[in-house]
Amino acid sequence: MAEYGKRQRDKPWIMRTYSGHSTAAASNELYRTNLAKGQTGLSVAFDLPTQTGYDPDDPLARGEVGKVGVPVSHIGQMRALFEGLPLDQMNTSMTINATAVWLLSLYVAVAEEQGVDPSVLRGTTQNDIIKEYLSRGTHIFPPVASMRLTTDLITYTVNEVPKWNPINICSYHLQEAGATPTQELAYALVTAIGVLDAVKATGRVPESDFGKVVGRMSFFVNAGIRFVEELCKMRAFVELWDRVAQERYGVTDPKQRRFRYGVQVNSLGLTEQQPENNVIRIVLEMLAVTLSKDARARAIQLPAWNEALGLPRPWDQQWSLRAQQILAYESDLLEYADLFKGSEVVEAQTQHLVDSAWAEVQEVLKRGGAIEAVETGYIKQKLVESNAARLRAIENGDRIVVGVNKYIESAPSPLTENLDDAILTVNPQVDADQRAALARWKIERDSAAVEKALGELERAAKTDENMMIPSIAAAHAGVTTGEWANTLRQVWGEYRAPTGVAGAAVKTSGTGAAAETIDKLRSRLHDLEARMGRRPKFLVGKPGLDGHSNGAEQIAIKARDVGFDVVYEGIRVSPEQIVASALEEGVHLIGLSILSGSHLALVPEVAQRLRDAGLGDVPVVAGGIIPEADAERLRREGIAAVYTPKDFELNNIMSDLIDLVDSQHAAE
Amino acid sequence: MPPSDPGDDAQHVMSADKAAVSRALNLVEDRRPESHARVAELLAALKDAPKAAGGHRVGLTGPPGVGKSTLTSVLARSVRQRGRTVGVVAVDPSSIRSGGSLLGDRARMSFDPSDAGLFVRSLPTAGEVGGLAYAANSAVRVLAAAYDMVVIETTGVGQSEIDIVHVADTVTLVIQPGSGDVLQFLKAGIMEIPDILVVNKADHEELARRAVADLRGALRTAHAAGASGGQDADWEPPIIATSATKGTGIDELIDALDRHRRHLEATLAARRRQGEVRWALDLFSRKHGEHGVSTLGGVAALKARAERDLDAGETPLSLCERLSREYVETLGKTP
Repeated sequence: MAEYGKRQRDKPWIMRTYSGHSTAAASNELYRTNLAKGQTGLSVAFDLPTQTGYDPDDPLARGEVGKVGVPVSHIGQMRALFEGLPLDQMNTSMTINATAVWLLSLYVAVAEEQGVDPSVLRGTTQNDIIKEYLSRGTHIFPPVASMRLTTDLITYTVNEVPKWNPINICSYHLQEAGATPTQELAYALVTAIGVLDAVKATGRVPESDFGKVVGRMSFFVNAGIRFVEELCKMRAFVELWDRVAQERYGVTDPKQRRFRYGVQVNSLGLTEQQPENNVIRIVLEMLAVTLSKDARARAIQLPAWNEALGLPRPWDQQWSLRAQQILAYESDLLEYADLFKGSEVVEAQTQHLVDSAWAEVQEVLKRGGAIEAVETGYIKQKLVESNAARLRAIENGDRIVVGVNKYIESAPSPLTENLDDAILTVNPQVDADQRAALARWKIERDSAAVEKALGELERAAKTDENMMIPSIAAAHAGVTTGEWANTLRQVWGEYRAPTGVAGAAVKTSGTGAAAETIDKLRSRLHDLEARMGRRPKFLVGKPGLDGHSNGAEQIAIKARDVGFDVVYEGIRVSPEQIVASALEEGVHLIGLSILSGSHLALVPEVAQRLRDAGLGDVPVVAGGIIPEADAERLRREGIAAVYTPKDFELNNIMSDLIDLVDSQHAAE
Repeated sequence: MPPSDPGDDAQHVMSADKAAVSRALNLVEDRRPESHARVAELLAALKDAPKAAGGHRVGLTGPPGVGKSTLTSVLARSVRQRGRTVGVVAVDPSSIRSGGSLLGDRARMSFDPSDAGLFVRSLPTAGEVGGLAYAANSAVRVLAAAYDMVVIETTGVGQSEIDIVHVADTVTLVIQPGSGDVLQFLKAGIMEIPDILVVNKADHEELARRAVADLRGALRTAHAAGASGGQDADWEPPIIATSATKGTGIDELIDALDRHRRHLEATLAARRRQGEVRWALDLFSRKHGEHGVSTLGGVAALKARAERDLDAGETPLSLCERLSREYVETLGKTP
């Protein structure tokens, strides 16, 4: 070794692109192209109906089929998704949670069809239900039943598919929901502890084998723009996980205590304004999870520069993949040992995060652990508070976001010149095609076999047997995703998670310009209340299956803080429910939040149903990732205002909302 | 919205037309002085609704976080399955600073939006510390005219359930295992003894058994200390363990509610009348304070007067209006 620290080049991490859309066949083509471009693993994005256990013909699936991922309703579609891709040679990551047992069953069944022994399969099921309750919102069942599915999958793969990562504990979504680095560390760790404790409690894994389970735990982590702190966060994760594995679970083999993680870097911080700047953000964030040899990601997927505008096109995703390849293959990063060992600064910051996160871990454990802290809303409330603080800092300029609240002047960008072409659109025909295909599937399959498989599924759900076995049998029998989930809904029921907004304490500045603005808004509302006789009441609704509730939550809290009476019903509310609530609650204004891209289907539907219910004069506003052409169309159809991520100044939105109620009142 | 005929509105409310019920609730929430007369008129028109006399007003109260919203949701669904219609008033606290509120109860409830026999309305407390929402009393009367059972859900221990006594036929206190402070309040007589006690979140049998036993002990202590035995001495408050998330204990709860409603048959009219008297006096004293009360002859005299006038067909709101006018006139006469 000629130079200090130089050694044999490390193997690069697995490079993936989170993708899938429209149909299994279209996604299969996309996967083949991506692999040809040098991608080394697959990352399957499922659409929301598949993630939440509905078939394309379910009323709740309206507008969502094929939108944020690929629909997989049965083994025929799983087959088509991996057509020509031998599963023994793939490393497949599936972002799937409430229905993870089902999708893995379909995957195993397809492998069996391909003549591949399931024991050689490699890949990951996300399978982390806790963060669904907290942030992502694709949960179906109550916590106890959900945890049972989680542990069923884990105990199955540890024995039958030993190279599979049965769970990806996700701190990623916690950061997207507003978590500080300390909170991200702490809540990911308590989730992992909750899962491991639950696996232990099943008694299915002998004490001597428990190290294997711990060794298969993997994490899915976020990296934000404060990349030095994020780098330290990753080092803190390594240290804390080693501590948990050793002290709580007595794992002696250091390999089984290794913190194994994949990354998707931060999407929350990507901006709609001057979106080309996002490329630089993405690269800096990638550095946080690659620079430390001792805490380096095992797999990375990068978002695309234009994610805040809509669905990225293949070229946009390729640009992100190239960033990874340049770092791994062109640069000399992989030639060195750990760069920061012995750095006083990095070690001190890491230690600080270790200590603060450990204290919060103890706090949650004292409150009964992760599940209890989900059910009481403790964690959710903390996240909502942190996110409100983050947004406030951006709004009042304490936190600089280039191109958003500072340096906003820009020459015209050739990249976004033709904005509507700068994103991918999903053919609206997909919905109807998938419904028709499903109907055909149901006619052609052996219905007696389906009945029998569903009966077996129901029976097993009432016992404590492993649900993987009857699920794999059901996959072979041609059962659909909706049938699988509905059978279990019948047995276990459904769960609506705490929203965390009602109790969230939000600091409002006591003095200064920001406080004056708030005071002004409050007194305008007060004045309006006096004239109307009733305090303006605002319904915040999230129609569709999209569970990303941060936007709705922050709007709800802000509206409360300026003095609205706010009715917030949480995620996954059907247009019918929204209209029923609007009617029963006697609201003056309705806000709809949709981030899955299904706004063109859902927003007009709510508006139409309002008119049918005689509530056509209640103003409706919409917010979400809504391209300008769509926004224009919604406004033409009578939506009073459309807000997108570039509207970060919540006070301005509130001012608009007060105007809307005021002019509606004046018109009556 | 153009003002409509209160008689017509009342008819629509009584036939449980959701749009009409909602409009009526908007009206009772309206604080403008010019609306008070219309509210009084509406409530007078609803006073003798057939549903109201035979119906059941159930108060559900307890500390925050014991799962009242989920319990209300499960209870309402089960009562619907028994073929009865249900109206729910969910009271949530308003922010003292902004006056705004986050009405989150609906988030924990899952209902069929097309069910015409179920109506849920959230009400902010509008800054009335420890009290039911300004409009809740009236809202309960509107819903009682339209639905078989009205559930009033409020949060609080110690003070607010005193308000709920005025408006509910059956007061149900909900706690969860380990609610030590509630037991202390009961024992010390700070809290009136409710008609039914529920230990919710009783998912673990052992914990639930212990919680029920603790509660039983607290009731014994309270009785021994001579605490007022709730509304009447003939009623032994049942203690029921429920798990709203699992749906267990709900049938027992409904049976207990029905039992209590039957138990009240003979005394219900008197109990509701007492509540109305208290409400009328409450309204008046909130408006005009102690000076108002003493000017019109003091609490005892006003109470007797209220009983008489309510018997003669006055409603609490119209009575309060009249008392206000008298008070203002008296003020005008004093030099």
